[in-house]
Amino acid sequence: MNPLLMNPAVNAGSAPVATPFFFYFLAGAAVVSGLFVITRRNAVHSALALIVTLLSVAGLYLMLYAPFVAGVQIIAYAGGIMVLFLFVIMLVDIERVSKERQYNRVWPVGLLAACALLALFVSAIVKGRSLLPDRMVQLPESSNTQQIAAALYGEAGRVGQYTFAFEIASLLLLVAILGAVIMTKKKI
Amino acid sequence: MVPIATLHYLVVAAALFVLGVIGVLTRRNVVIILMSIELILNAVNLNLVAFSRMWGNLHGQVFAIFIVVDAAAEAAVGLGILIAFFRNKETINVDEIDLLKW
Repeated sequence: MNPLLMNPAVNAGSAPVATPFFFYFLAGAAVVSGLFVITRRNAVHSALALIVTLLSVAGLYLMLYAPFVAGVQIIAYAGGIMVLFLFVIMLVDIERVSKERQYNRVWPVGLLAACALLALFVSAIVKGRSLLPDRMVQLPESSNTQQIAAALYGEAGRVGQYTFAFEIASLLLLVAILGAVIMTKKKI
Repeated sequence: MVPIATLHYLVVAAALFVLGVIGVLTRRNVVIILMSIELILNAVNLNLVAFSRMWGNLHGQVFAIFIVVDAAAEAAVGLGILIAFFRNKETINVDEIDLLKW
């Protein structure tokens, strides 16, 4: 265990030095590059901006004491899914598409609906903020991966709480692989 | 300065979610629509992990990992459909994908 975390003097202060700076930096990077994702003409630029968003969100996971989820985010999302996206962007004719109209004909309606959703979120956050507890429970960071593994696989001979769901997830991935292969084949 | 709490993460996640919804509803390029769906899923994951921190248990983090698995499956199938469609119709604009419209 990290000796710094065990030290009550360090642990007592809930806000370590420069944490607000890192939070606002990562949050700003995530939102600004998210804006780039939906406004860029060239899909490759969108994909690169999305990678920046994913990495910033991974940083936010680290700030939330979730190092395993941050690792999964970087390896599986930024490393796996985004490479898949970039491959497909290279396969389809992106030159012609980037010269065409970028937004569909009913975009004002879509924007209006999204603004309504934003208003809903804002009112939910403003109304519900008093219900949120102020406390942030200090999760043990160094045993995070171990505890997630215990929940997924079980420990000490017992089946974990999520073992069945985990197996179903592997089945889902198998079906997705088969579906992707079958749909992209020219002749079955 | 206000200490960073769950509320801050909820605000960031709401912003990312709305950006993703705007992308899905206004863009024509299917690849960018799929990327906007990834933005939405990320916003949900951020909420789950923030609540996991707030309550001090790991259920939210485990659920976030399942959502990453889901996102991988969704991206694989969606991009497979996209390639199959591009091979037949030579377009990846959603408003030209209207085979089922009559």
